[in-house]
Amino acid sequence: MFLTITTTGTPEHPATDLGFLLHKHPDRAQAFSTSFGTAHVLYPEAEEQRCTAALLLEVDAVALVRRGKGRGRGGAPDAALAQYVNDRPYAASSLLAVALSNVFSSAMRGVCKARPDRAGQPLPLRVEVPALPARGGPDLVRRLFEPLGWTAAVEAVPLDTEFPEWGDSRYVRLVLEARTLTLAEALRHLYVLLPVLDDAKHYWVCADEVDKLLRAGDGWLPGHPEQKLITSRYLSRRWSLTRDAMERLELVRLAETDDSDVEEIDNAVAAEAEPDAEEKPAPLAVQRREAILGALRESAAARVLDLGCGEGQLVRELLKEPRFTEIVGVDVSVRALTVAARRLKLDRMGERRAARVTLFQGSLAYTDNRLKGYDAAVLSEVIEHLDLPRLPALEYAVFGAARPRTVVVTTPNVEYNVRWETLPAGHVRHRDHRFEWTREEFRTWADEIAERHGYGVEFRPVGPDDPEVGPPTQMAVFTLKTIHEKEAKAA
Amino acid sequence: MTTTGTGVRARALPVTDLSLVVLIGASGSGKSTFARRHFKPTEVISSDFCRGLVADDENDQSASRDAFDVLHYIAGKRLAAGRRTVVDATTVQQDARRGLIELAKRYDVLPIAIVLDVPEDVCAERNATRTDRVDMPRRVIRRHARELRRSLRHLEREGFRKVHVLRGAEEVEHATVVTEKRFNDLTHLTGPFDIIGDVHGCASELEALLGKLGYTDGVHPEGRTAVFVGDLVDRGPDSPGVLRRVMAMVKSGNALCVPGNHENKYGRHLRGRKVQHTHGLAETIAQMEGESEEFRAEVREFIDSLVSHYVLDGGRLVVCHAGLPEKYHGRTSGRVRSHALYGDTTGETDEFGLPVRYPWAEDYRGRAAVVYGHTPVSEATWLNNTICLDTGAVFGGKLTALRWPERELVDVPAERVWYEPAKPLRTEAPGGHDGRPLDLADVHARRVVETRHAGRITVREENAAAALEVMSRFATDPRLLPYLPPTMAPTATSQVDGYLEHPEEAFASYAADGVARVVCEEKHMGSRAVALVCRDVGAARARFGVEGPTGALYTRTGRPFLDDGSVTEEILDRLRTAIGEAGLWDELSTDWMLLDAELMPWSLKASGLLRSQYAAVGAASGAVFPGALAALEGAAARGVDVTDLLARQRGRAADAAAFTDAYRRYCWTTDGLDGVRLAPFQILAVQGRSLAALPHDDQLALIDRLVEHDGSGLLQTTRRLYVDTADPESVRAGVDWWLEMTGRGGEGMVVKPVGALVRDPEGRLVQPGIKCRGREYLRIIYGPEYTRPDNLARLRQRFLNHKRSLAIREYALGLEALDRLADGEPLWRVHEAVFGVLALESEPVDPRL
Repeated sequence: MFLTITTTGTPEHPATDLGFLLHKHPDRAQAFSTSFGTAHVLYPEAEEQRCTAALLLEVDAVALVRRGKGRGRGGAPDAALAQYVNDRPYAASSLLAVALSNVFSSAMRGVCKARPDRAGQPLPLRVEVPALPARGGPDLVRRLFEPLGWTAAVEAVPLDTEFPEWGDSRYVRLVLEARTLTLAEALRHLYVLLPVLDDAKHYWVCADEVDKLLRAGDGWLPGHPEQKLITSRYLSRRWSLTRDAMERLELVRLAETDDSDVEEIDNAVAAEAEPDAEEKPAPLAVQRREAILGALRESAAARVLDLGCGEGQLVRELLKEPRFTEIVGVDVSVRALTVAARRLKLDRMGERRAARVTLFQGSLAYTDNRLKGYDAAVLSEVIEHLDLPRLPALEYAVFGAARPRTVVVTTPNVEYNVRWETLPAGHVRHRDHRFEWTREEFRTWADEIAERHGYGVEFRPVGPDDPEVGPPTQMAVFTLKTIHEKEAKAA
Repeated sequence: MTTTGTGVRARALPVTDLSLVVLIGASGSGKSTFARRHFKPTEVISSDFCRGLVADDENDQSASRDAFDVLHYIAGKRLAAGRRTVVDATTVQQDARRGLIELAKRYDVLPIAIVLDVPEDVCAERNATRTDRVDMPRRVIRRHARELRRSLRHLEREGFRKVHVLRGAEEVEHATVVTEKRFNDLTHLTGPFDIIGDVHGCASELEALLGKLGYTDGVHPEGRTAVFVGDLVDRGPDSPGVLRRVMAMVKSGNALCVPGNHENKYGRHLRGRKVQHTHGLAETIAQMEGESEEFRAEVREFIDSLVSHYVLDGGRLVVCHAGLPEKYHGRTSGRVRSHALYGDTTGETDEFGLPVRYPWAEDYRGRAAVVYGHTPVSEATWLNNTICLDTGAVFGGKLTALRWPERELVDVPAERVWYEPAKPLRTEAPGGHDGRPLDLADVHARRVVETRHAGRITVREENAAAALEVMSRFATDPRLLPYLPPTMAPTATSQVDGYLEHPEEAFASYAADGVARVVCEEKHMGSRAVALVCRDVGAARARFGVEGPTGALYTRTGRPFLDDGSVTEEILDRLRTAIGEAGLWDELSTDWMLLDAELMPWSLKASGLLRSQYAAVGAASGAVFPGALAALEGAAARGVDVTDLLARQRGRAADAAAFTDAYRRYCWTTDGLDGVRLAPFQILAVQGRSLAALPHDDQLALIDRLVEHDGSGLLQTTRRLYVDTADPESVRAGVDWWLEMTGRGGEGMVVKPVGALVRDPEGRLVQPGIKCRGREYLRIIYGPEYTRPDNLARLRQRFLNHKRSLAIREYALGLEALDRLADGEPLWRVHEAVFGVLALESEPVDPRL
């Protein structure tokens, strides 16, 4: 909510010209009201050699929270605003960027009647932003500003000096210096890059944001090496924002009840902007689905359960094959199901095709009569999301109660983790994985289940089968014995 | 039967209380009048009415098909709910009746036919007086009459279990309907009962058990009734002796008996049917050879008279041989009898060649306890409110009885192995090793939970959906999660200058509810934790069915408090030791204890939140203010007028610093259990007892003893002060106590009625606690600058009603969970209430309250 702009001067070009360029008189403190509080412009120093303008935005925190309240807590597009205690009154965010463009609109356009010649000329500039939220850290700050001609001194702010073990906060103290930029360029850089670094907007992003970005980015954005990141963050995807705001409320409340981070609980659906760190080679997911489809085809299943269907990737593949006459996607996350329905375009699908698919919320911690009587069930990358002590309940729900003829289970092979270049040693592939098994552990578990519930089981590798550590994904195909044997006899 | 003046017999027609009554007669025979006279209007569904519903015309014959669909649908709903239903339709054709008989079978009720055989002329005459039927051709009535006559002989064969034929208008006119109870309905008998498992000819063990139960020569001095679950005969050494004893007791009214599959088979043998002399029947036949013909006849008659199951004690108890799902209770049909005798088999056979039985008890969700035998088990254990008493006496196990309503088990060991079992006795209750599982239908979608203390509480679908996700993905094993704490409402908003919350309102509110004595308990600066502690691994296995853990420590949403199970066990162990040292295991005669507590520091669990939210705010404000203040001071030094702005920013900087101080009080570094503190403040339940209604002074006395006897330094006491809400002096002392405590940075206090579970003069539950949070603590909740006068003025417009209502509903569900737990109710019943608390927590309410 605070930044300063300093320039230096000479008798011919006094620094106080900054007042003309900004259209704000150095000897007065001026206040401008904005929708989230009052912006003040004042000059802590105004000498011929050196002149500093300060922009201070007094944010009305109570009003900010209330504004988000109209439609429940989800009214606010910025996740931080959904919290009653938030950093917006202190951090340099989109609020400050908007204030900047309101208060210095002429300067930003490079208009100056009093000093028309100077407006178009570079001048020595020093910008200080003492509390800049920077997702991506000091490194990204430099990558964003330095290509534009700035020298950036970036210093991470510790979270709490009394608890050094907590490490750094997401804020940096930023000092920018340049001699080759005009004031208008500097302001436009700040206008775009402050919210980009914060990676949040206090207002709904709508279509005219594109125009705003093009205008403010004129002359510097097209050639910027981080253009893609800047664009995608600036135009933070509208749909994902609304969804965040509208769909997670019940879970948000449960997280709050427990003093937990919402992300700790509501993580069934990967954030769209976040690339799936887990699987760098996307083809593994494809190979996995192909392996599952292969097993299902062999089992001659027609009516198939996808237990833990997530966003419906496998359901979509199953739909492509007419042999699968009934496909049921089950997930415990309502949000995942909503995403799945949208991705499958269920509401626009032809009646005959749509009749083959059902999606509903279910949980494998409970037995469920709706799951009985199917040919096959798939548990793809599901078991590792359960705490080990809860696994017997899943086992019983699937193998004891639902008892499909065929059950296909896939899970990561932890031995393979050493082959992931991006995965630090000892880390699991996804932060919600409660465990990852070796091939031996998986086999032991699967053999015991098969024994207990009257299934036969065979194991198959998915992905490149490394001679030393095995494949990245391991798969078990269970087949109900009685049926198996009867058919064998018949044949 | 009486005779009327005209000489026509006034017939009394017995009609079973739960049945499908089909009135059969031609158009105009007087069915509707008859139905109106003898049955409740809501019991009767007429096809004319249904025709009207679907076609706006009661006589539109083209709508008949749809009309009968509706009729069958309504009748089905009524029968499923156990209500007698009378169908008023012509039904003179067999086709029309077939569907109704199928319907009766589907809902396992008796189909009863009442035929109104009235002469054609009378029918025609009556129709002629009805405007809507005046045009009905005579041939229609003639056809009806013909079809009726053709049907009369077949009605019983068609499946009607009772057929009453009334001949002539006079007989119809004078007949009466007498409602009869079903044979299996003994709900009026309240016992007390001693239900005895499968005896299988073990006469000596039976005598020993009867003696142990207090019977002398088949009579109990306190008038108790023995109930035998069947399988008296076969395999054992003295089936005739057992029969003699049981038959005498039944005859003298000292016992009830339901048939087992073995009696059933022996009965068929006695009636001369060909049956295989296997599974011990040969022994019975041989033993009966030595008995008199007369005795064998008595036995045959006895077996023939047995009713397949009984509903007893106001519907709370069902006894039958092989178990019975709820939808069959009190019903009468071939398949009900078959299930009662043989159970439900899957059609598969196991490796011993015995039929695989469907585990019906796993699915059982009924309110009535079902007591049965049939499947030998090594121990009788409850599963979903059902219990199997066949403990294999004849196989060298024991003979077991259940005292009802005490629910105590009494057994005597077998004297020897009388018969080699075909397969080893099952070591577990039917339904799997841990005697569950929970079913999604127990928690899913919109639900209404019946509670003892606040009636019906509704859980909405979207809230259940959120709870399902958290319960499935994050929660502790439901068997170790018998309770979740309710949310708590804050005190009414204070108007005291500078305060949003202040204790005066809390005291006043309790005074208004008629609560004179309250206890103020210090609010600990930690996280809510519920601890379930068992005395040892064995107790955890026996009571909660878990193998390994000796309890659980979980959060307000049921998540395990600590990731590391061994640290949890260490905490439980320290608690267990303290409970033992304080002598509470024996004093409360329990081997487990459920405690409500606060675990500190807050940073232990909420570190993610603290860092990402609170510390972040502290860091941002700490970074921004020095520069901003320096800039303002610089401008001021230059003579620019920034006086107000500077003062305001200094104030905000001070608020931000106070905020940082406030959250820092909740953080300290822990290493393993070093630095971890647990402050229990209520013992919620122990074996057989909910302690939720134990007054808080008694509670705190127990808790103090725990803390005193804790040698490990884990447990921490809860400071408290008692206040008399009617005494201004006492109230002032309470306020001062709070001011002093919060002035030193304390979180605040919770005010509770000393009586714990209290109702107001109107009989409504009073809030079990009201929190009064400290002024500095509230910065963490409402933001660093909430105390600024203009902010406070706006924040005072907060609405507490929803939060209060939520607090009471969750409280009632929590109490219900504890009561169900204490009563030993099945897991799904406890879980239903616990799940309800979690679901309600996701209701939209201002989280700052």
